Amino acid sequence: MHSNLHRRWYVPYLFLLPGMALYVLWMLYPLGYEFYISFFDWKVIPGQTSEFVGLQNYDQALHDKYFWMALKNTARYTAVTVSGQMILGLALAVLIDRVFFGQRLFRAIYYVPVVTSWVVVSFLFQFLFVSHPGGLVNYVLVEILGVISEPVAWMSQPSSAWIIIYSLGIWKGVGWAMVIFLAALQGIPVELYEAAAIDGAGEWRRFRFVTLPLIRQTSLFIMIALIIGGFQAFISVLLITGGGPLHRTEVVLSYMYDRAFGRLWFGYGAAISYILAAIIVSVSAVQMKLFSQRVEY
Amino acid sequence: MAFASIRSQRGFQITILIILCLGTVVAMAPMVYMAATAFKPNAYTPEFPPKFIPESPTLDNFKTAFASRNFGQAFFNSLGVAVTTSMLVTTLTAMMAYSFARFDFRGKNVIYYSILAMMMVPTMMLIIPQFILAKKLGLLNSLPGLVLVYTAGAMAFNMFLLRGFFETLPRELEESALIDGANHFTIFVRIMVPLARPALSTVAVFSFLGAWDEYIWALTVLTDLEKRTLPIAIANFRGQHASDWGLVFAASLTAVVPTILLFIFFQRYFVKGITAGALKG
Repeated sequence: MHSNLHRRWYVPYLFLLPGMALYVLWMLYPLGYEFYISFFDWKVIPGQTSEFVGLQNYDQALHDKYFWMALKNTARYTAVTVSGQMILGLALAVLIDRVFFGQRLFRAIYYVPVVTSWVVVSFLFQFLFVSHPGGLVNYVLVEILGVISEPVAWMSQPSSAWIIIYSLGIWKGVGWAMVIFLAALQGIPVELYEAAAIDGAGEWRRFRFVTLPLIRQTSLFIMIALIIGGFQAFISVLLITGGGPLHRTEVVLSYMYDRAFGRLWFGYGAAISYILAAIIVSVSAVQMKLFSQRVEY
Repeated sequence: MAFASIRSQRGFQITILIILCLGTVVAMAPMVYMAATAFKPNAYTPEFPPKFIPESPTLDNFKTAFASRNFGQAFFNSLGVAVTTSMLVTTLTAMMAYSFARFDFRGKNVIYYSILAMMMVPTMMLIIPQFILAKKLGLLNSLPGLVLVYTAGAMAFNMFLLRGFFETLPRELEESALIDGANHFTIFVRIMVPLARPALSTVAVFSFLGAWDEYIWALTVLTDLEKRTLPIAIANFRGQHASDWGLVFAASLTAVVPTILLFIFFQRYFVKGITAGALKG
């Protein structure tokens, strides 16, 4: 009797069922439900009726200067941290790929910041950047490197507070990019380098014409994943500046959260979430289009 | 002329090593400094100059942290939530991945891509409808509620990872088992799960870490003191004792050390898991 089970049509569905039930309930249904909410002036308090307002929440977001500020901040955070992580991650991967010993050790050390919790490292970076002359960053800049003469009050204005948030984003993410770049580099056959060397190509030309084209697909993957991650920046902002002063260091998610759970504007928060998701999906789609055209070698 | 001489090779190696060691200092100094501060008494303001080795190291901060109400409780709450999430994610995604990797059925691609597409969507984006749903189901302020949401959120990535792994496994064993009269459930438990142990460990570790570190959802739905998870307890130390950094970092270290140990023990799996999606391209 059991031997026929594999021919029964429902077997694959049985394997999917428990997982899919949870997935549909907590991911797919909320995704649709949120779209619905975004067209309402949603009332959280029981007993009050939510009013259908059409596109008003979306319209409000597009005319909300704080939303635009948050969006610009998010884009800037993404641009700065993605390029920082990619350049440093690739540089480290190239060096670790070349070093004769300690490869695994270096790879592990650079990966440690990736596995630490966002909450912990957000507080840690606040502490490293305290305005006190004994704050680690101030001390290194003033006393050891001597690049500035006075300790900086990092938290005193948005522009320098952003430096804390940017450095944290890059410091925490470099190891991830490095591990993937390194795996891609180690997949390149040595013969290709030898052939290029025999043709007289120096270090730089081998890197430029052998390595770079071959890791293009990997770089695209890393870039898309990091951009998606950049647009999701939230905890570091929430814990380091709280989005303030006057929303000047807000990112999209921190602003959404503030409107939704600070003011209980669920409809408005839902609309902001949908705008953010639309941006992420289209940015990723455009990148895949642009890059996949020239990948074939 | 084509290849560098041995002497310049040696110079090259030394230069690389120096750069990598400098990088190591930047990568590790913050963590080491945090650990040092956790052992310093009364670390209200930073010392000048900063010290990486405490002058009179003390366990007082750890004692204060664990003596405070709910910190030990928070540790075990987090442990319970993370372990349960990890087991659920591993079991459910393994079953799903098996189904996708070994069967052809109606709607397979539609279902598969509807899960995969969600990898692009920030989970935080769904916090509003998930909050309303949890409220309706009476799952606000409940640790099992956390487990369900964390499990659902971790599914897409891990299922994708496992499907890829299952597809690399040879089918011969399963086919001969089928001929011997085994059913698919037996094959899954007796053949696939043991063969997939490395990939399953990766999934277990990733989903454990995700649940262990999660902050925003827990912050939003938990209200009872005794239900708090570690990240919330740590944030609370920072809030209450605004500048007692020694205490904040003693609590932080308690949360971070287990994750670093996990990483060291499972390093091999980590690298496989991280690179799995990228290199298939």
